[in-house]
Amino acid sequence: MKLIFEKSVPGQSSVSLPESDIGKIKIDQLLPKSKIRKELDLPSVNETDLVRHYTELSQRNFGVDQGFYPLGSCTMKYSPKVNEEMASLTGFTQIHPLSDDVDVQGALQLYYELEEFLKEITGFTAVSLQPAAGAHGEATGVMLMKAYFEDRSEKRTKILIPEAAHGTNPASSALCGFETVTIKSNSQGEVNLDDLKKNMNRETVGLMLTNPNTLGLFEKNIKKICQIVHHQGGLVYCDGANMNSMLGVTRPGDQGFDLIQLNLHKSFSTPHGGGGPGSGPVGVNKKLVPYLPVPRVKKNGNLYCRDYNHEKSIGKVKTFMGNFGVMVKAYTYIRALGGKGLKRAGQNSVLNANYLMKKLKPYFDLAFDKTCMHECVFSDKKQQLYGVTTLDIAKRLLDYGYHAPTIYFPMIVHGAIMIEPTETESKRTLDEFVEVMIKIANECRTKPELVKTAPHKMLVTRVDEVAAARNPNLKWEE
Amino acid sequence: MDFVPATNKEEKEMFTTIGINRIDQLFAGIAKEHRLKRELNLPAGLSEIELKREIESMAGKNRIYQTSFRGAGAYRHFIPSVVKHLVMRSEFYTAYTPYQAERSQGMLQSIYEYQTMICRLTGMDLANASMYDGASALAEAALMATRITEKKQVLLSSAVHPEYQATVKTYCHANDVKVVDLPFKTGTTDLKELKTLLNDNVGGVIIQNPNFFGSFEEIKEIAQLVHQIGAILIINVVEPTSLALIKSPGEQGADIVVGDGQSFGLPLNFGGPYIGFMATKTEYIRRIPGRLVGMTKDTQGRRAFVLTLQSREQHIRREKATSNICTNSALCALTVLVYLSTLGPKLRKVAELSMAKTHYLAKKLAKLPGIRLINSQNFYNEFVIRVKNSQTVLKKLRNQGIEGGVDLGNYYSQLKNHLLFCVTELNTKEEMDKIIKILN
Amino acid sequence: MAKTNPKNLKYTKEHEWVKVEGEIVTMGITDYAQELLTSLVFVELPKVGKKTEQTKTLAVVESVKSVSDVYAPVSGEVIEVNTSLTKKPEIVNEDAFGAGWIAKIIISNSKELDKLMDADSYTKFCQKEEKH
Repeated sequence: MKLIFEKSVPGQSSVSLPESDIGKIKIDQLLPKSKIRKELDLPSVNETDLVRHYTELSQRNFGVDQGFYPLGSCTMKYSPKVNEEMASLTGFTQIHPLSDDVDVQGALQLYYELEEFLKEITGFTAVSLQPAAGAHGEATGVMLMKAYFEDRSEKRTKILIPEAAHGTNPASSALCGFETVTIKSNSQGEVNLDDLKKNMNRETVGLMLTNPNTLGLFEKNIKKICQIVHHQGGLVYCDGANMNSMLGVTRPGDQGFDLIQLNLHKSFSTPHGGGGPGSGPVGVNKKLVPYLPVPRVKKNGNLYCRDYNHEKSIGKVKTFMGNFGVMVKAYTYIRALGGKGLKRAGQNSVLNANYLMKKLKPYFDLAFDKTCMHECVFSDKKQQLYGVTTLDIAKRLLDYGYHAPTIYFPMIVHGAIMIEPTETESKRTLDEFVEVMIKIANECRTKPELVKTAPHKMLVTRVDEVAAARNPNLKWEE
Repeated sequence: MDFVPATNKEEKEMFTTIGINRIDQLFAGIAKEHRLKRELNLPAGLSEIELKREIESMAGKNRIYQTSFRGAGAYRHFIPSVVKHLVMRSEFYTAYTPYQAERSQGMLQSIYEYQTMICRLTGMDLANASMYDGASALAEAALMATRITEKKQVLLSSAVHPEYQATVKTYCHANDVKVVDLPFKTGTTDLKELKTLLNDNVGGVIIQNPNFFGSFEEIKEIAQLVHQIGAILIINVVEPTSLALIKSPGEQGADIVVGDGQSFGLPLNFGGPYIGFMATKTEYIRRIPGRLVGMTKDTQGRRAFVLTLQSREQHIRREKATSNICTNSALCALTVLVYLSTLGPKLRKVAELSMAKTHYLAKKLAKLPGIRLINSQNFYNEFVIRVKNSQTVLKKLRNQGIEGGVDLGNYYSQLKNHLLFCVTELNTKEEMDKIIKILN
Repeated sequence: MAKTNPKNLKYTKEHEWVKVEGEIVTMGITDYAQELLTSLVFVELPKVGKKTEQTKTLAVVESVKSVSDVYAPVSGEVIEVNTSLTKKPEIVNEDAFGAGWIAKIIISNSKELDKLMDADSYTKFCQKEEKH
């Protein structure tokens, strides 16, 4: 397919701008010629072709609205359309972030109430909505931990991260100069308590833990884990990526965690946008409140206002208040569901995952044969006997009209296939998916070459990633 | 309304398959002491009718000004209808990150096109797939500069947007990078001070152009000074429509260009989501954070796009990653792409209208008694005026339904009673003449 | 199937090989390593003159799916690097023990060579790793 630049015809246009109403514009009277740009190489495309181009591009893409998207750890649940409509209200889209407080009471109210909702859902004392994404919230969380110890004049340089953790955990820690110490998993896929005890000391800020963990399993020993860390004056950070399974059933704050980052684009239904924008609020208990980014939104009687007066705050992690447009969607979702609806969502996400796990168990090697939470992890062990890998299976699923599950994560399961159906999928969808997975399992035995060279029905076959990395072509040049 | 399709009958069937009778048996692994013994204390769920009523009423509590002259990092520009129409196609906005290349050629190609646009505008060799916003992109650029030069100090112009400055300082503090303030003089970065502060310990220098006050900085001259000591010049562009008009930062010696693309088709949205862009030179290709999309071929020799150089990213490199960034601002990047495709070379006209109207207003305001224009000749679409009392001026304008400039006293103690005004192609002559009348 | 490990070389647990010629050693990564990494897309070479420390990171090799540190097998100073790898990292895949050499180091402490394995020990070591 051609690029937009290849469709450019000089003289064509998709836009009409009014003439100047302040008389003829003579730019060289406002700017010396030496500062004016000579060439502006942007494409000139007529509106018909422009619309067709981007429409065609959309048709070469695949979202939750097009089909089942069982990406483990990503919570690809259905994004309600009412969210989109509310986020498009001009009362929200046309307000300037530096408006006077009195002019944006509705926005500040939404912001404040969303914080309250998230506090209640997670069991923490305060929430900051400023971070723009999960990884951003994570980095913010680690900064908060650093500030906490600096305030106590304690020099701690290490952080503990389980070997099953998501790559953002050590990356976020490195962003704050901490050295990662990897904690082993036990045979059950949970944190190895002995290894934790051995490595937790006064040089360590604490532990970053995903719960349920990246295998979709709830850490049974969470109380002991928090005790071990707290005993040495450390903090326990919850990677809240898997919050969906806990909604209304259990709260990380109650489990003993000191802080959490949430992903509004996961558990709270805001759309993934093809890779953003998201929103990554951070929840903290009393210990960390003073360090939260500014401004905080306060309520004085019936008036909401922004408060920048927090001496110990770490400052800002982005401009203004955070991704407000995304918050409106999450707020709308929580108001639609209420506490009962959130609990049902969480419970059914776990039901759907266990249902799939039981149905697929005879055909695919199950990494840990026990009740899972909202996602389950298989491996390609059975299919490797025929020379077929997890990657091949993922590509073959594309041919059947599905998006592949998460593959090769977590790293502690070789050839991991992580399936998270979410609660918004019907039984019919799940049953059809199982049928296809069984079909593919059979193909692995009887026609392995077909699977190994998949996908066959996409617009492109497997792409040459090696060439792309050896000789990167990152922009179009005529 | 909870969007859970499972009927009671279906749930029972699933229970049977799993071998349970009740759903809470699935949560037996969670100790009783950790389980919530009550319902969540949240407002009861609402039907769609009630929901819309509630939220529309909240939106109604926000005042929308028909006439506004407020910029400072969030700009009112014309957004063609075509933009939202295309970006809201659900194949785009309900998709995930394009890790499965064969199924996501649409998103991947659009990111490649976006990267190309950013390179052309900034005059740089390569651009990433976008970051959360301009401020966090700037902070990441500062860290990138310290990693490249292996020097943990950056000079930060005080004429950079104050919220960007705060973000840079937050990130740098967390990373033990020293930030030295580079003062401004008569509205632009003080070059004399720059010469004094540049030394072998400095890894990066951060300049905003046009700066927070709307003025143009002497990029070429600054680049020469910075490169003499082997440091990296980072140019921050908060109002990128300016790039259609002035010489690109790349042409003038920038090593890294960052900024916010909000002006390119993103509504104000009370501050977000916006989009950070980052572009740099070929030699830093393995140092730049964020995603990169490359063009390649499939097994049949067809053109194809793919996420590339992922080994620098968190999910592979983990603690040695160039950053921890996971999402970018994909849908916003698509919005920027569609906007730039729609405007094309006419973006220049948007910039000219913005700038010319700004100068029109500035000139007229400067003639009023009690008002002094602070900027010298060269400024883009923002300027600073000194008034007797900034709150009085703003109140006068408010009462006439006009949102005036930003009170700089909120950011700089030496700039009390200074207002930062912004004019774009959306402001009309009537609106501007009205202000003149009110403040006369 | 990895190529046989040449008997005239010494080996480290991190899959580097070393050819000792008096005070100077040439090093690279083993064929076993390159097979695990798959097609290399980039090699980050050390700077000439860099002081090396046994077991500390010396270079980085990158494939599409992974990035691995290459560790210094001995302490000393880098005197030459294989610049042809910059344009063609695949040479490491094609000829890991020969044309795919990474750096030449002048050693500061010859006793460190005793810590390295011979070809037989390394072959056994790899077989053990594979079983895991």
